[in-house]
Amino acid sequence: MNQLEILRFALRGLLANKMRSSLTTLGILIGVAAVIMLVAVGEGSSQSIQRNIQRLGANTLTISPQFSGGGGGGLRGQGGGGNTGPRTQARQLSLADAKALTDKTLAPSVRSVSPVVTAPSSTAAYGAASHAISQFVGTYPSYFEAVNKPVAEGTYFFNDDVLAARKVVVLGQTVVEELFGTVDPIGKQVSVSGVPFTVVGVLKEAGSTGMQDADDVAIAPLPAVQQSLSGFGSLSSIVVQATGSEATTAAQAEVTAILNQRHGIKNGNADYRILNQATLQETVSAATGTFTVLLGAVAAISLLVGGIGITNIMLVTVTERTREIGIRKAIGAPRSAILGQFLLEATLLSLVGGLSGVLVAFVGTRFTVAGIEPVLVPSSVALALGVSVGIGLFFGSYPANRAAKLRPIQALRHE
Amino acid sequence: MSVPSPDVPSPGAPEMTGATSPGVPEMTGATSPGVPEMTGATSPGVPEMTGAPSPGAPSPGAPSADPPQTTGAVPPVLRVRNLIKEYGEGDARVRALRGVNLDVERGDYVAIMGASGSGKSTLMNILGCLDIPTSGTYEIDGADVGRLDERQLAILRNRRVGFVFQSFNLIPRMSALANVELPLVYGGIGQAERRTRALAALEQVGLTDRVHHEPNQLSGGQQQRVAVARALVTAPALLLADEPTGNLDTASTGDVLEILDRLSASGRTIVLITHENDVAAHAKRVIRLVDGEIVEDRRQAPVDGPPPRMTEKAAAR
Repeated sequence: MNQLEILRFALRGLLANKMRSSLTTLGILIGVAAVIMLVAVGEGSSQSIQRNIQRLGANTLTISPQFSGGGGGGLRGQGGGGNTGPRTQARQLSLADAKALTDKTLAPSVRSVSPVVTAPSSTAAYGAASHAISQFVGTYPSYFEAVNKPVAEGTYFFNDDVLAARKVVVLGQTVVEELFGTVDPIGKQVSVSGVPFTVVGVLKEAGSTGMQDADDVAIAPLPAVQQSLSGFGSLSSIVVQATGSEATTAAQAEVTAILNQRHGIKNGNADYRILNQATLQETVSAATGTFTVLLGAVAAISLLVGGIGITNIMLVTVTERTREIGIRKAIGAPRSAILGQFLLEATLLSLVGGLSGVLVAFVGTRFTVAGIEPVLVPSSVALALGVSVGIGLFFGSYPANRAAKLRPIQALRHE
Repeated sequence: MSVPSPDVPSPGAPEMTGATSPGVPEMTGATSPGVPEMTGATSPGVPEMTGAPSPGAPSPGAPSADPPQTTGAVPPVLRVRNLIKEYGEGDARVRALRGVNLDVERGDYVAIMGASGSGKSTLMNILGCLDIPTSGTYEIDGADVGRLDERQLAILRNRRVGFVFQSFNLIPRMSALANVELPLVYGGIGQAERRTRALAALEQVGLTDRVHHEPNQLSGGQQQRVAVARALVTAPALLLADEPTGNLDTASTGDVLEILDRLSASGRTIVLITHENDVAAHAKRVIRLVDGEIVEDRRQAPVDGPPPRMTEKAAAR
């Protein structure tokens, strides 16, 4: 008994019922395609979120003031109402705080410190055009590197500009488009809330990060912004860049120690909080990983349903063809030939379904789904295909075994 | 007949090896019997005469070794001893066969008769290895069927026994040729040889012009002739027919019986079941079964002669 003959019998068996075979195949196709595509969508969204976080700057800590006393869980219940109102002893972040963080001996893991003030509702005007800049930032030149905002045209501003409080500004793409259109903005003067600033550079386009347009931004030297727009009050935040990605945790510890000492915090109930980019990335990765697993699990159920479809069809096929099995056995078909034929039929169904599912998924992942570019995960393709063939073998073996075990006379008497 | 040939160690032994040691012997057995079939095919009229002296044609390596049959120690094609078959349990127990003893010689043509419920179909199914007896032993071509495992049983069904059913039992949606080829496929025979042998078998039953028709395009008589061809194609030692004419009209019955007569004349061993006296009249030996026991065993013609009806026809001419 030739393997090829068994294959021929199996194919003949499948082709005898084209409609039924193709519908069963469709079940597996949908299952496999769903698994691959949903995992790809999950992976795509996870990667896009990661990219967005990376765009915010790598190895950075963002320190911002925290007025709410709810930061430490231990404080709950102490001094009623303290949870919501501003804490009396809370201190704002000051330029002195930022300066203290640059101490190389106390904070060896810190590479640069950029104090940041954000001017509220600043409207920039050039000629007749005006635009409300969502983020008007006053800071030090190190900020550009820390938050990963390279300049596309012109230059950054320098430490000299900061010291001299020169009114120069680097604009984001959106601001440039709104104010200048096609005109080259470098060297032009824009007035921000009536104060004239000279444009020295244009930031590289960053793209939107979800809600916020990262290009709707203007960056100027810290004293210039304080003088003309925000006043010499507290800082909005301090951006600290660590010396490397491994050093962010160390840097966070050093920064915490310095600020606790400066702000006189002993009970761990800090009046500031530190946003660690690396930690954020890890958390988000974990969250999106769960998301991907969830999508995959939902798709796996449809694959399972497809597998049950195969069992069902094979059971029907075996029942329907019991007489034929009896005839085959009566003329000397060995058990292995009967088993092989039905097992091969089931495997062919799932293999064809699986392969076309992979094909559909390959095509499907080329399209953007709900703003997410799916990223094909090779292991999911192998897994889905493997599982679909496994399902064919596993779910097909029961009916096939039942068929092969029948005594010829039982099979022949079957109606 | 001549003396035993030296390369045949003992009678029946090549058969046994063929059944018990699968693999290589099967292959040699598969390829060699094609030759006598081929010669039979090219000379119609006496198609099986060359193969006749050695009905055990599939025996490996010795297709022309006829001597074993003459040495007295040769087992009959069929030897049944005290065969009992019971159905059901306890009060519902039915004894379909109550100790059947039967020997069928090589070349015999036996008709088993009996009313419905006499156990003749049960006997036939057991002889064809489709069912298993409750107790008792039976040997086909020297092989004790009770001691064969599933795999060897399949080989036995494939090689030694040809079975013709009352309801034809052809596989639907397969051409007549494919149906006849099927036993050879399971016997592991190559495509080219399969085709030649299947065509030769179809020629023997006179269906050369219906080779590519599917069962539903054939009349009942034609379907039964395809079934006979399928039973013949492996050159089995024993041809079993379970009421082969039960579903046929008179003309088709005549056709099928004529084919069986011709096969018998060419030396094929045939056992058929019938409840019609007309059909039984074709056999060399008639066995009557009542309530699972043999009550009559009548010989109508000698084992090594032609079947009675053929003799009558020849005489009439």
